[in-house]
Amino acid sequence: MHIPDGYLSPSTCATLYVLSASGWYGSLKRIKRVFASRTIPLISVFAAFSFVVMMLNVPLPGGTTGHAVGVGVAAIVLGPWGAILAISITLAIQALFFGDGGITTLGANCFNMAIVGSFVAYGVYRWIAGKSELISRRRIVAAALAGYVSINAAALVAAIEFGIQPLLFHDANGTPLYAPYSLHVAIPAMMIGHLTIAGIAEAVISAGMVSYLQTADLGVLRGIKSVGPGSVQIVSGAPGESSKAEPSQRRLWWTVALLMLCTPVGILAAGSAWGEWSSADLKNPHKRAQIGVVSGNQAPPSSVPAGLQKLATLWTAPFPGYAPRFVRSQAFGYLLSAMFGVGFFVVTSLITSVVGSKWKRPERQL
Amino acid sequence: MEASGTTVVSRASFIESTLRGLARGMSKALVSEHAATRPGLLQQLDPRVRVIGVLLLTVAVVVCRRFEGIVSLMMVATSIAVASRVSLASLAKRVWLVTLGFTGLIALPALFLTPGEPVFALQGLHISISAQGARTVALLVLRAETAATFTTVLVLCTPWNHILKALRSLHLPPEVVTMLAMTHRYVFLMIETANQMFESRQSRTIGTLSGSERRKMTTRTAGVLLSKSIELSHEVYLAMLSRGYRGEIHLLTDFRLRPRDYMALTAFLMTAGLAMWVGR
Repeated sequence: MHIPDGYLSPSTCATLYVLSASGWYGSLKRIKRVFASRTIPLISVFAAFSFVVMMLNVPLPGGTTGHAVGVGVAAIVLGPWGAILAISITLAIQALFFGDGGITTLGANCFNMAIVGSFVAYGVYRWIAGKSELISRRRIVAAALAGYVSINAAALVAAIEFGIQPLLFHDANGTPLYAPYSLHVAIPAMMIGHLTIAGIAEAVISAGMVSYLQTADLGVLRGIKSVGPGSVQIVSGAPGESSKAEPSQRRLWWTVALLMLCTPVGILAAGSAWGEWSSADLKNPHKRAQIGVVSGNQAPPSSVPAGLQKLATLWTAPFPGYAPRFVRSQAFGYLLSAMFGVGFFVVTSLITSVVGSKWKRPERQL
Repeated sequence: MEASGTTVVSRASFIESTLRGLARGMSKALVSEHAATRPGLLQQLDPRVRVIGVLLLTVAVVVCRRFEGIVSLMMVATSIAVASRVSLASLAKRVWLVTLGFTGLIALPALFLTPGEPVFALQGLHISISAQGARTVALLVLRAETAATFTTVLVLCTPWNHILKALRSLHLPPEVVTMLAMTHRYVFLMIETANQMFESRQSRTIGTLSGSERRKMTTRTAGVLLSKSIELSHEVYLAMLSRGYRGEIHLLTDFRLRPRDYMALTAFLMTAGLAMWVGR
């Protein structure tokens, strides 16, 4: 699943770098709040551990072997934010030092395995484990499913990234310029291997390690938190609990997500908003008749005003009519536009806050 | 002594293949450290120029949409490797064959699956190779090979700590640079620890291991490594505290650009720009 250089277009790589960068920024802030000055040694050593786990051959039923990513265990022990950092650092070392995965695709690899994988693993584990005892078998099942589902979710996202390449990036003859397979080939091709071998390897390592920790090192399953410089203790409560957002902020995010899901409702609205007519609308006889009706039977000008005609060509929107050209489903187009809009504002806010904080407190260097 | 199960697999094949895998990781890294000390073109340049230059050229490879651009970049990558005294044989073994095998395998079905004008048909099987299919496979393989050559040459010619310092001077947060450096340091310790655990297990195992026993052994080894990692992180943290660490990171960047670095940077910029223009 380590995507090499050359498989994804520059714009896909850039988009996924931006998404991953927002994940790295958020997780670094949250993790520093939880682990304080212990963050660096903890994440570094855990990343080294993840690296070695990725090198181990996991024997699977049927006599074959597979490699795990270790994202399930990382999310269970460190929580999703810690896992994002640890797995991303591991992937960066693999790409930079061992040539496993590309440099331009590092953002994509981190997004798929570290961000999507960690959140899915943590969500599945918490959902299935519930409030069960730390030594219950349910936790082992939860860990197995967390590993299995997370690696498959990451593979699915990678398959979608591959699958949209020929749709978006091809030359005049129709030759795909990057990954050549469309979604209906890329998704089954990626998922067969992950649903059968890689997913099981991840499930085996996650379940086996939780089972081991239940008997040998139960404290690790409770979560690792720092209570001040120099003193580290294992405390009760699930990992990641202290890193939760404030309730009002969480409600805001849920509301934003709900509103994004509701955006396709806009399809139900017929016609265009009054006064938002394009020059093409003013040339179309049918649209002209509609404009006349909604304007109190006042006919629009006989030709497109010169100023409107001139200014209309100044800027072409990337998602005209909330429907990107490459998306066929109008509802999906609305949803994609909403995600892009919200993502754009979140990233802009993050950049503004980073620039603002740097401007206030210049970094000291030796 | 280990009991044998119904699905019996040789203990030697499993433990030894794991040991071989771990040793391969170690030796790969040692080769890098050795090549970085040889006198050569890249080795003589400031690490920041090396990192920026190779990143620029890698981006140019991804941006290029035409063969001419990518082929010329592949020639540039090979020339840089030769001038930096990187053995072409090791490059072929470590990069070209591996990438060809991996990407070639992935891209091969595209020859038949990509719609377009047929250029070769397999009579009787009702399958044909399209011109578009052949072109997309060639583009993908060539692009992956060229990008991998650039990044491998950079890694082979630059010590890891220099790459990290260069990344720091490119404004990567100091916490991230420190984590990369520490992870790299402890990866070797962890590999060594895992190696020793498997070796000690091998020395105490006679007979054969069943599938479930092998799984148990792998997951327990990983579990012990996890416990050791957490212990180790605690010890490292205390060691850092004892040396005056208070949560702030200060890194020294003592690189100085010389005239030849500016010339090299200009050359990298012009090459990348030219390749992108040719391959647009």
